[in-house]
Amino acid sequence: MNKASIDVAYVAELARLELTDEEKAVFQPQLENIVKYVEKISAVDVADVPPMMHGRALANAFREDVVRPSMDRALALANAPLASDTEFSLPKIVEGAES
Amino acid sequence: MSELYKLGIKAAAEGLSRKDFSSVELTQAVIDRVHDKDGEIGAYLTFDEEGALAAAREADAARAAGVVASPLCGVPIAIKDLINVKGQPCTCASKILEGYVSPYDATVIKNLKAAGAVCAGRVNMDEFAMGSSTENSGFHPTHNPYDLSRVPGGSSGGSAAAVGGDLCIAALGTDTGGSIRQPASFCNCVGLKPSYGRVSRFGVTAFASSLDQVGPMTKSVEDAALLLKVLAGHDEMDGTTPHDPVPDYAALLAGASLKGVKLGLPKEYFIDGLDPEVKAITEKAIQACTAAGAEIVEVSLPHTEYAMAVYYIVAPAEASANLARFDGVRYGHRSAKSDSVFNLYARSRAEGFGPEVKRRIIMGTYVLSSGYYDAYYGRAQKVRTLIRRDFEEVFTQVDALLTPVAPTPAFKLGAVQDPLTMYLNDLFTIPSALAGNCSMSVPSGFTAAGLPVGVQFIGDAFKEEKLLRIARAYEQIRG
Repeated sequence: MNKASIDVAYVAELARLELTDEEKAVFQPQLENIVKYVEKISAVDVADVPPMMHGRALANAFREDVVRPSMDRALALANAPLASDTEFSLPKIVEGAES
Repeated sequence: MSELYKLGIKAAAEGLSRKDFSSVELTQAVIDRVHDKDGEIGAYLTFDEEGALAAAREADAARAAGVVASPLCGVPIAIKDLINVKGQPCTCASKILEGYVSPYDATVIKNLKAAGAVCAGRVNMDEFAMGSSTENSGFHPTHNPYDLSRVPGGSSGGSAAAVGGDLCIAALGTDTGGSIRQPASFCNCVGLKPSYGRVSRFGVTAFASSLDQVGPMTKSVEDAALLLKVLAGHDEMDGTTPHDPVPDYAALLAGASLKGVKLGLPKEYFIDGLDPEVKAITEKAIQACTAAGAEIVEVSLPHTEYAMAVYYIVAPAEASANLARFDGVRYGHRSAKSDSVFNLYARSRAEGFGPEVKRRIIMGTYVLSSGYYDAYYGRAQKVRTLIRRDFEEVFTQVDALLTPVAPTPAFKLGAVQDPLTMYLNDLFTIPSALAGNCSMSVPSGFTAAGLPVGVQFIGDAFKEEKLLRIARAYEQIRG
């Protein structure tokens, strides 16, 4: 790829992030610049180079699959914007024909 | 003694054990200092004074009973606002988490509390640790204690300003691409980014999971060693922490010397854009090390020029995934205008996140999206391997690298508006973060205008004891 092709409005939608028209106008050129900058890595020869996934070579860390005490339910619900005694509450989201 | 807040960990621990003063007196001195000075500096977001004094009384009782496990017993430590302390707010300096109360302690906090430390003050930062000036805080900016018109650096700017302004005894910061080291340089503190995996990240709000590390920000190298000992080690709650033993870092500082130490100067770090005063201070540090018996070797890290590009793919990619959890459902802000499932997510996030966080979420989503993944994220991970190999190669030749921390001293609030220009602050701190090495900023001098400048030492992964010895030796001989 040799041309910055980011469509900020579209990507923001993928990221579930509503943007105002003003934000779109500001972010579009800023992100084009950033994308253009990071494209310099296309100049590096990475043939036969393995990807580095993490800050340290890691093997899987296993533990016994046993049930342990977990966070108290009331504590887990305490930060919810809306909750009953037992669960998180949400506005009604299943409607007839959602666009 | 009215100026107890000036003490570092070691001096505070000595005073406490000699009974020159109590932890309550020490903690009260810090609280009074915060009342006196933080109005103009703005290092803290919240300070639970009652909780602090209660913890101090417990520490005094423990010391009186002779059950003191650690020099940190009774010592107030400022906590960066993305580290969970049970019962305290944890906003990550974001409006989206305003009002959030931590339901549990991060492992580093558990360790600090077990050592008797007083963890009650929460310090400011760039929102979700994204930034280099602390201007991206959702609440208020923090000012540099050495010049109030300037930034303290970031993202751990509150931690650095609190240490540099004597508003705490020591602080915890986090570093993803330089967020401990750059503010440490700007505010005249020691800032240590441990090797990736050395310190548990459990309970620390994730920004970029393959890079994030918690580390000490302190008034001396010895204090950093004392604090690291408490923070480091295996944690079954964080699968990236190996079982490697945690040395007694502070004890290993005894007799630290630069005699015969091989220090590498990576030529890629001594660039034209370097501020002349930063350059002069770095050169003076090199001369001081040479005079103290260090052998200076010019080395090369050939993939350095790609590090920032790799970082600004990898970090936003991981951030966009990590921040997906902020959706207005289980915690955090929920938009009042959420009339569909899409709007519940999209508007809650729109109202809660600030501009830099939004930019990085969009950038991260873009580089991970179908059709672009291989060209950006996939390729960046391969270039990251090459960057790491550069370091592996160089550490067969030298004991540590000596470089500038940031290209400039602290800049004026509001002076840097373009995001990409702001990113350049991390030019010298990003490569070692990508490689997973340990590295630290050590105070090195002042500009003509009185602004502090640090020098960076970069060590091989999991060789913190060696890095700290070199830093300690330098601290003793610097001009």
